[in-house]
Amino acid sequence: MADWQIELIKVVFIWAWALIIAVVMTWVERRASAMMQDRLGPNRAGPFGLLQPLADGIKLFTKEDIIPERARKILFVLGPPLFALPAFSAYAVIPFGDKIVIGGKEIILQVSDVNIGFLFILALSAIAVYGLVIGGWASNSKYSILGGLRATAQLISYEVPMGLALLTIVLLDGTFSLREIVLQQQGTFLGFLPNWGFFKQPLGFIIFLVAAYAEANRVPFDLPECESELVTGYHTEYGSMRLGLYLFGEYVNLVTLSAITVCLFFGGWSLPYVDMSKFLGPVSYGIASFFVFFFKQAFFLFLFVWVRWTVPRFRYDQLMGLGWKALIPLGLVNLFITALLVQLTT
Amino acid sequence: MAKEIETVCITTGPTEVGDYVTLNIGPIHPAMHGTLRVITKTDGETIISAKPEIGYLHRGVEKLGENLTYSQFLPITDRLNYCSAICNNVAYEMAVEKLLGIEVPPKAQLIRMIMMELARIADHEVCVGILGVDLGALTPFFYLIIQREEIYEIFEWHHGARLTNSMGAIGGVEADLPDRFHEKWPRMRDSIRKANDDTDKLLTHNRIWMDRTVGVNAFCGDDALNWGFTGPMLRACGVKRDLRKNEPYLLYDKVDFDIPAGKHGDVFDRYMVRMLEMEQSVKIIDQAYAMYKELPEDAPLMKKVPKILRPPAGQIYHAIESPNGELGFFIRSDGSDKPYRIKIRPPCYMVYQAFDDLVKGEMISDLIACLSSLNVIAGELDR
Repeated sequence: MADWQIELIKVVFIWAWALIIAVVMTWVERRASAMMQDRLGPNRAGPFGLLQPLADGIKLFTKEDIIPERARKILFVLGPPLFALPAFSAYAVIPFGDKIVIGGKEIILQVSDVNIGFLFILALSAIAVYGLVIGGWASNSKYSILGGLRATAQLISYEVPMGLALLTIVLLDGTFSLREIVLQQQGTFLGFLPNWGFFKQPLGFIIFLVAAYAEANRVPFDLPECESELVTGYHTEYGSMRLGLYLFGEYVNLVTLSAITVCLFFGGWSLPYVDMSKFLGPVSYGIASFFVFFFKQAFFLFLFVWVRWTVPRFRYDQLMGLGWKALIPLGLVNLFITALLVQLTT
Repeated sequence: MAKEIETVCITTGPTEVGDYVTLNIGPIHPAMHGTLRVITKTDGETIISAKPEIGYLHRGVEKLGENLTYSQFLPITDRLNYCSAICNNVAYEMAVEKLLGIEVPPKAQLIRMIMMELARIADHEVCVGILGVDLGALTPFFYLIIQREEIYEIFEWHHGARLTNSMGAIGGVEADLPDRFHEKWPRMRDSIRKANDDTDKLLTHNRIWMDRTVGVNAFCGDDALNWGFTGPMLRACGVKRDLRKNEPYLLYDKVDFDIPAGKHGDVFDRYMVRMLEMEQSVKIIDQAYAMYKELPEDAPLMKKVPKILRPPAGQIYHAIESPNGELGFFIRSDGSDKPYRIKIRPPCYMVYQAFDDLVKGEMISDLIACLSSLNVIAGELDR
């Protein structure tokens, strides 16, 4: 196989894989929330209701597509894909496994190992917010505009602490490439702790996690949507698959965010204390690393669901207060200490 | 109270109005329970004024009463506060009984008390659950609503209906406590407490919950009294007024219970008052049930009343402590078989008219929290 063919297969595979996880996530969300709330959840379509996402998809596709008369049409149409696509694109730089050897050819399990993968992800996540703001603006509805405004307020509150938390990882590992960062997290430090970002940067992890929840627009930070106050916020006027793209983009976003969390703070595809490549064949090692990554990711996906159904939501000024008064100072202090330690030890 | 805040009497002076947006919240809006409508003027998300529209669900209930006999009006009262229809039924029955000058047998009084307290628990459970939903915490709602289902089951066993109960009749109650109640109640008491505990653990000391509720539209007791607040809203402001204690009716003077009261009248205090009141209601039911057990099994349930009631000419006002506050019925009789005039004093009306004062200067999110904590029921508000 030529290189370009391999690349193409990887692109299609990762697209399909992210899509599948996101689809299954919609089912997990509904079943898990039902479990927490003494209910059953959807259990009619297929075994355990597993075909429910499919039924939802068919429903959304066959609904009439309505564009409000007073809406700004081009922007209205542009909003949903602008929100959903960046989340998919961010997946391109995520190393979802180590490497696999097929037919004597070594294939890296990552679509592209960009040396500024980090910045790429931050940039894309910022673009996705435009999808919300544009959708809210173009709908020409007061609730939608308020939702869009809240999305803007939220963006400037969580992007800064998130950047500060990520910078500490860059300082420690000295690289912007996600693959490099994962490779540096193998082995142990202080003799017993896994060499993970989580153990080296606990504070950074917490700041990042809070910011990630804000980025995902979910309870406790689902302010742009906020169904009890703003009807459904920025997508109040949307229907059919345009609405579906917004809802679905949210889940793709979750998949990407939990993948980033695993890469940066939990050693990516590597297991602590065990070097899988020593006793596994080249093919099975590739598959094993892929699944190790997936299970770590699945944990964080479930955490998203768990938190959502446990806590109430913030008011948007409280979120801004949290961002500017708590997370940014903490992030700065954390960055300063990390920089000092790095400077002293090297 | 975990956090001390300064109670500020809300000033009603003119607000500086610059550019504002008129935001029409309701009557079709996920947080408007029933068909409430608030016309708000907002500056960004800050509320400059919020005018509630009262009368959207006006069905002429009071006028209907003038064309129905005394007994026929009873099912109409179900449609006032449909979350606790039994309290409306009993309030109306007692007003007519007072007009007729008849005393209801003690067994019927105890059954009424038990059923009313169950209805109070159901009402508070809905209110607290919805407050959680509106603040983004969906899970406690399900814990509470399951308990409400259990309570509705008891209603169904007793008088056949779940929501619009039409319990009892003028002169007493139609049926004894169902047999299944005796085995169900001890189990249910524990499950109600368990659900309340779970809700308490999920919400009360949750940092986000406290941020969203403590100090949000605090209201002082004097203002509350001037506006005519009653019930949990007034008690949350620190005024311990409860008709069950202050003007006892039925056998409430024979049972021992406390009146939970807040201090600041904010959303948190209203929530806490309702949570604690549920506990007190369980206590009242226990005592009433013990008293019920002491009565002979064949004690009368109904006072003999004529088929067609013709109360002597005159007028009467009788109020009970419904879950939302003082629910009063004023009835004027001209000696015929139909009332000359019925006037209902719903607790929500007095609370909802102060809505502008309650939320002025706060944010849209607080408006939603405030509305849920008031527990305004459109059926009762607009009649």
